[in-house]
Amino acid sequence: MKAYIIKRLLSMIPVLLIVAMFVFFLIHMIPGDPAAVMLGPEATPEEVAALRDNMGLNLPIYEQFFNWFTDVARGNLGDSLYMNVPVMDAFVSHLGPTLSLALLAQGFSILIAIPIGVLAARKRGTGVDRTFMIIAMLGMSIPSFLLALLLMLVFGVRLNWLPVAGYSSLAEGVWQHVKFLILPAISLGAIQAAVIARMTRSSMIDILSMNFIKTAKAKGLKQKVVIYKHAFRNALIPILTILGETFGALITGAVVTETVFNLPGLGQLVINAITRRDYAVIQGTILMIAVTYLFLNLIIDLLYGLVDPRVRLSRK
Amino acid sequence: MVITNDAQVNELSLLEKNVKKERRKLLVKRFVSNKTLVTGTAMLVFLTLFSFAGPLISQFSPLDIDPANRLQGPTAEHWFGTDNFGRDLFSRVASGAQVSMGVGLSVAVLTAIIGMVIGLYAAYYSILDHVLMRFSDALMAFPDILLAIAIMAVLGPQPVNVVIAVTLAKIPVVARIVRSSALVIKEQTYIEAMRAQGASSWRIIWRHILPNTVSPLIVQVTYVFAIAIILEAALSFLGAGVPAPDPSWGNILFDGKIVIYNAWWMTVFPGAFIVLAVLALNLFGDGLRDLLDPHSNKAIKE
Repeated sequence: MKAYIIKRLLSMIPVLLIVAMFVFFLIHMIPGDPAAVMLGPEATPEEVAALRDNMGLNLPIYEQFFNWFTDVARGNLGDSLYMNVPVMDAFVSHLGPTLSLALLAQGFSILIAIPIGVLAARKRGTGVDRTFMIIAMLGMSIPSFLLALLLMLVFGVRLNWLPVAGYSSLAEGVWQHVKFLILPAISLGAIQAAVIARMTRSSMIDILSMNFIKTAKAKGLKQKVVIYKHAFRNALIPILTILGETFGALITGAVVTETVFNLPGLGQLVINAITRRDYAVIQGTILMIAVTYLFLNLIIDLLYGLVDPRVRLSRK
Repeated sequence: MVITNDAQVNELSLLEKNVKKERRKLLVKRFVSNKTLVTGTAMLVFLTLFSFAGPLISQFSPLDIDPANRLQGPTAEHWFGTDNFGRDLFSRVASGAQVSMGVGLSVAVLTAIIGMVIGLYAAYYSILDHVLMRFSDALMAFPDILLAIAIMAVLGPQPVNVVIAVTLAKIPVVARIVRSSALVIKEQTYIEAMRAQGASSWRIIWRHILPNTVSPLIVQVTYVFAIAIILEAALSFLGAGVPAPDPSWGNILFDGKIVIYNAWWMTVFPGAFIVLAVLALNLFGDGLRDLLDPHSNKAIKE
């Protein structure tokens, strides 16, 4: 197990390096002079020259990368040109709404998807199964921001049940906080729920056809015990994989869904940065998200090794 | 048996023809009996027809501004209503279909070609494999839309740049699929035999490994097509995709968001077409997978 952990940790190094390089070179993909583009057409040549100097654009490229990389490694992502604050501060202050939204969406999707998946697997081939799977297929085909717009149209504009824009932090009360997040969380969680329900169903069908289930039934165990204690626990591993892998999709979706509901999260930070050509913010935010994603996958991988001895043996 | 006369040769070629005919019949039969595939195909045909015939049957241009008739609901004249500039929504959604599906198709074709080359060579040369797979790990660490947003921020909002951004985000997925099936093929005895006979690596890769990786590639690319449509819509919706005034499903939704209180049709119609296109491609992909791989469990997608 120790060898597995060390190997897995070492394999992160080149990946992190490439991620950093990609984010660094993003600025150099800008056609023309990045400093001039960032300052816009009204900037004077002196201002552009000053910014070039400030950004270190006159240094050789490897030196620029080295300087940038050592800064980033120390947690310094540079300063936002527009907001005049360190990018790290801007990132942290916009993290709350995105995290709340992603967690609520994940909770919502697990809550509806797993019972549906188990039920569909038990009633395999019946009308119930087919209906749920058609709904799941539809759910997978609606981009979250589109569902967000449609929900907004029905529950916000027509029925006027829930607010369509705005945000209130957790400090101002749980219901106040959640109220603004219900529609975003449903629209973000729906696609997630569809994927998890399909996965749960197929994983349960696989397990239910195995011999140990037959044995359990033959022993005279109750249906409930067989389904939940024997089958579901074994079906859980692929479901957990999906939960881990879709975290990226969740953050992705959150970024777009937030802008629909004007939530002041990471999505808004990035989108505003684009219109303001605030490249340090764009770089910093996507770097932080990518690194979080990589570490999350690492943790999930290591957890498997812990839970399932077959994993750690086969990956040696 | 040694074939000695013309009659036998004829008989043999006739037999061959019959076998081919039967095979084709079987394929048609399997296609028709595959409801998912037939439904997906029918929807795709409809969408293609709509995107090309729509602008022709509409009497309005998608770009003509008519402020007097702005934000009109659906009528006999304007089937889908008009937008906030008085432009006819039906012809905008129809020519938007060309843009959105065009972007999706370009991404699908490009990722297929590039992903195939990377996947095949990564599988064949293990040193290259290590390097390329670390690159793909790194690219896959960025959620696809964020990667696309970052690239668009740098390159500027243009349809071509949408294609570049989304292709870059999706190449690793396709390359991995090709690589994993190529790795299995590479270990087969017949490849070893070819190598022993002195066949060039070019020949082995392109003539003998490639054909065996095509089925999973095609299926995966269908899903990439669907994802590309979603990403284009999302990018344009955020104002980082296809720029105004040219219509795409995403930027019609962008316009519609501003007037969502007054004009439901600007959200519902382009939205419905996005869902239709993505659903069609998902069904098509699922059906194709069942058709190409008879062993696959129909119930499982991932």
